[in-house]
Amino acid sequence: MRKKLNYKRMEGLQGYVFILPWIVGFIAFTAGPLIFSFAASFTNYNITSQMDFVGFDNYENLFTADNLFWTSLYNTLYYVLFSIPLTTAGAIFLSALLNQDVPGIRFFRTIYYLPAVLSGVGVYLLWMQLLDPGTGLVNTALGWFGIPGPNWLFDPDWTKPALIFMKLWSVGGGMLLYLASMQGVSKSLYEAAKIDGASSWQQFRFITIPMITPVIFFDIVTSLIGGFQIFQEAYVMSNGEGGPVNSMLFYNLYMWKKAFESFDMGYAMAMSWILFIIVFIITIINLKLAPRWVHYEGEER
Amino acid sequence: MEEVEVAAKKRDEERVASAHAYFDNIHTKRKLLSLVNFILLAAGSLLILSPIWWMISTSLKSMAEVMTYPPTFYPREWNWDNYIKTWKAAPFDTYAINTITITMLVVIGSVLVNSFIAYGFAKVPFKGRGILFAIVLSTMMIPGFVTLIPQYVLFSKLQWINTYFPLVVPAFFGSAFFIFLLRQFYMTIPNELIEAAKIEGASHFRIWWTIGLPLTKPALATVAIFSFNGAWNDFLGPLLYLNDESLYTLQLGLQVFKGEMNTQWNYLMAGSLLVLLPVIILFFFFQKYFIQGINLQSGGK
Repeated sequence: MRKKLNYKRMEGLQGYVFILPWIVGFIAFTAGPLIFSFAASFTNYNITSQMDFVGFDNYENLFTADNLFWTSLYNTLYYVLFSIPLTTAGAIFLSALLNQDVPGIRFFRTIYYLPAVLSGVGVYLLWMQLLDPGTGLVNTALGWFGIPGPNWLFDPDWTKPALIFMKLWSVGGGMLLYLASMQGVSKSLYEAAKIDGASSWQQFRFITIPMITPVIFFDIVTSLIGGFQIFQEAYVMSNGEGGPVNSMLFYNLYMWKKAFESFDMGYAMAMSWILFIIVFIITIINLKLAPRWVHYEGEER
Repeated sequence: MEEVEVAAKKRDEERVASAHAYFDNIHTKRKLLSLVNFILLAAGSLLILSPIWWMISTSLKSMAEVMTYPPTFYPREWNWDNYIKTWKAAPFDTYAINTITITMLVVIGSVLVNSFIAYGFAKVPFKGRGILFAIVLSTMMIPGFVTLIPQYVLFSKLQWINTYFPLVVPAFFGSAFFIFLLRQFYMTIPNELIEAAKIEGASHFRIWWTIGLPLTKPALATVAIFSFNGAWNDFLGPLLYLNDESLYTLQLGLQVFKGEMNTQWNYLMAGSLLVLLPVIILFFFFQKYFIQGINLQSGGK
């Protein structure tokens, strides 16, 4: 009995050793920085000389005296509001097409997935060329149909649609997520529906969609968190400026400029907490709404 | 289920008279649908691949041809030496060596440490395991910029600016996403196997090293590939932490190259392609590990 107890304790100790790297990392790179950042958001911290308590001044200035804050928030919301429904619907549509018995289906899946693994400056440069008004492929292709293409990255009205367009290219990442879940849907459900005379569309609408709602939910939650953090493409494609006319000044880009260009660190950290709160509230709303539309197998409707 | 079948039989009997016509109709319809599907997928994959073709084609053109209007879809002359000129126009050798160094260290750290941590969460019972794992998962919801700014402060106080430490060290303390992924995989390994080794007198560390690591190889491959991709494509980290050009990575080098080349698209596309190539090759060889990572993700929901 006693030996067993001792063993249990020993085993528990081993457990802590296993997760020790995570605990250290969590304290040093997540929890510690979070606490510091929260405290520093109430100061005029500039990393070198000053760190005076200023109360809610940073937060107050953001909301009342900083037009660029609102611009960056608007740009980010615009991007999130359009890109997430489009990529989600696109990924579901594509996975439905790829979930059929068609010759060469494996090849097709590979092709559609490829852009999702490509990222970084190389991809942004490629899209800057594709969207180039004079020499780019996109406007050339639009020209074949007699459509005069916009100036994309040079026209403040078209910069955000351009980024959304670019995002849609890599819709294959989400596609695979949905495909995996569609393949898990029991065949007998479809057979039963077919015998009842359900059309392909009805099968898709009333079997496939409800069965994959958990993955739709997961995708929407993670894409929202990711979408609010758009930074790299805007930085590279606007040379770190967020132009033209601040149309690519997204929330994180503005925060970056405040933190690392003007070293208004306290101010930037206050900004980061506002973003955190926005993302947190949206995630909570998502979790609250989930029971209304997300269908888990084995659950009574 | 049975009711549905009975109903279906009844309905089929009613249709006996027109059965032949009915099934012929279904067959042609299904074939037609499959054909339409195939055409849609084929057209779509041309659309998806066209940017990549455009990158290759542009990279081989002369500057005069890049500027011609309308742009040519296929290079008149194949200027392979564009690649050599590009490579020599900037210290790409140095960038490549730097990137490979950082990437290798990050991959080694990610594979070993996350596997270690995940084993602890999956197979060693200890007090508070559930709560700690919930904390691991919840850290995935924190927007990166909230910790980025205070982390920068931390690393600058440690005198780590303009070194590789900020880019490499965090990889040795685990990442929530990889811990989650590997834990999912460990959960599929039967506990009896671990118990048997424990009876033989093996410690958990030994079990992790001799049984855990070899059995989770497929999942480790996924982690290796994802972390490779992450480190290879990382732009924000090097942009923030590296100042000397001799330390630059390919992503950062490409961004500088973009500034120098202005709109010399042939060289820019050659550079982009060279930087993207390792990822493309990796994708075609190890596609199944990419897909597995996604399946582990969706299975966990």
